[in-house]
Amino acid sequence: MKKKVKRIYLDYAATTPVDPRVMKAMQPYFTKDFGNTMSLHSFGQKAKEALEESRQEIANLINADRKEIIFTASATESNNLALKGVAAANKEKGKHIIISTIEHTCIIESAKWLEKEGFAITRLPVDQDGMINPEVVRQAIKPETILISIIHASNEIGTIQPIEEIGKICRAKGVYFHTDASQSFGKIPLDAKKMNIDLLTASSHKIYGPKGAALLYIRQGIKIEPLIHGGGQEFGLRSSTINLPAIVGFTEAAKLCREEMTKETRRLTALRDELIKNVIQTIKGVHLNGHPQKRLANNINFWFEFIEGESLVYSLNELGVAVSTGSACSSAKLEPSHVLLAIGLKPHQAHGSLRISLGRWTTGKEIEYFLKVIPLAVEKLRGISPFKKN
Amino acid sequence: MYTEETLRHFKNPHNYGRLKNPDGIGKVGNLNCGDVMWLYIKIGQNKKGEEIIKDIKFETFGCVAALATSSVVTDLAKGRTIGQALKIGKSEIIKPLHNLPPLKIHCSVLAADALHEAIYDYLSKNRKMIPDELKKNHQRLIKEKEIIEERYKEWVGVEERLHRRS
Repeated sequence: MKKKVKRIYLDYAATTPVDPRVMKAMQPYFTKDFGNTMSLHSFGQKAKEALEESRQEIANLINADRKEIIFTASATESNNLALKGVAAANKEKGKHIIISTIEHTCIIESAKWLEKEGFAITRLPVDQDGMINPEVVRQAIKPETILISIIHASNEIGTIQPIEEIGKICRAKGVYFHTDASQSFGKIPLDAKKMNIDLLTASSHKIYGPKGAALLYIRQGIKIEPLIHGGGQEFGLRSSTINLPAIVGFTEAAKLCREEMTKETRRLTALRDELIKNVIQTIKGVHLNGHPQKRLANNINFWFEFIEGESLVYSLNELGVAVSTGSACSSAKLEPSHVLLAIGLKPHQAHGSLRISLGRWTTGKEIEYFLKVIPLAVEKLRGISPFKKN
Repeated sequence: MYTEETLRHFKNPHNYGRLKNPDGIGKVGNLNCGDVMWLYIKIGQNKKGEEIIKDIKFETFGCVAALATSSVVTDLAKGRTIGQALKIGKSEIIKPLHNLPPLKIHCSVLAADALHEAIYDYLSKNRKMIPDELKKNHQRLIKEKEIIEERYKEWVGVEERLHRRS
């Protein structure tokens, strides 16, 4: 008989399974309450009610008004809308936008596109832990700066930015501040008012909600143009038939994360730190990427000397463990991760990176198994490599 | 992304390790690009008195495709005459793997280059006649190496200026 193959998922930063409680909350909206929110009849009104309830509940979670939340289909869409929508609506005021060197690809590519359209983009450097110095942000602001977009927590190295400080600087200078909180929403408390955030992106599938739902918080009074024109849904900022089951699921997932946040953060931090300590103790030539303390409770990112990341991912997959190199989106490309290069890694070092991300169903037993197999995988690959470490 | 055959070679690569006192070594690839292959050959003679690749081993740092193509090229070259071994190219290497993702085709080129460089090394060390095509290939690799080193030299400089710790 074939031995049962172990399957351990340690790639929660790529995506998460839907929580059964979320599934349950979504269920009625596929079959029973399936109406179009724009319809006048009872089916439509029932759907509209559920949509507005979701909007209110999710707004409460980040201390926002319900009118400040618009639902989109993905964090990529929210980020595109934040950058391009603000750029289009404020180009009379100025054509300068500031981002960081460690943004998600969708911000980087949107900024690149805006550059082609005549906007000037400043890309702020980070230090070796991936931190942005708020002073550097202040100095980069020009009279024609209209928007600053900084990722809250890095999807690759987990570093958490001082967004409250950055927000304060932006507000004082009268520049809009957007933060991509795709990896932090549901994991770190967020308060749009207290943190001086003008726009914020959050995503459902990173927090045990379904794929296909995300949001953009847009503070009242912010000038922004829609990217998708049509029937005028979402206050005219995002026309499209409302994906109600996904939005209800997203809201339920966000609520659950908020309720369990304190306990879950404590649990994951302990697992994370145990894993980091153990790997560094048992394997030679391993380095932690990202900030040692100011990082997401579920994120671990190493670089291994004389190891190529993709080989390590496949070796671990053979042993039943799912992890990733840098980010899931860039693993099909050959270039080393721009985030790892930004923190000062040389290309050959960046090629040896591995991201391990924990989540709701990660157990101590799973970490134990991972710690058992990772030295085997590393040793084997180093054994084949011409660069032997003694 | 990878075929079963590729993953099988990756999991259990053939002929890996170092050869003692090799007759030729081929070193190709660059750490900055993420793939480095070192290929060792030992030359012997067959019954007809022709020179053959009697033994061959590889050491590779790189992705799944780099390891799998290294394994395949050693399988293919073992026992062949030098003339036959020089005919091994990327398509012959890809065949037993059934397919490689388009982005990884260059790994099969790298594996063929490693073999050809090892043969070049053997021939030049022993002052033997080097076929023109092999000479040209060797020159091309030297040129590529220079370009890569130049590219990364510049790049690393920029990066260090940009990311000094604040």
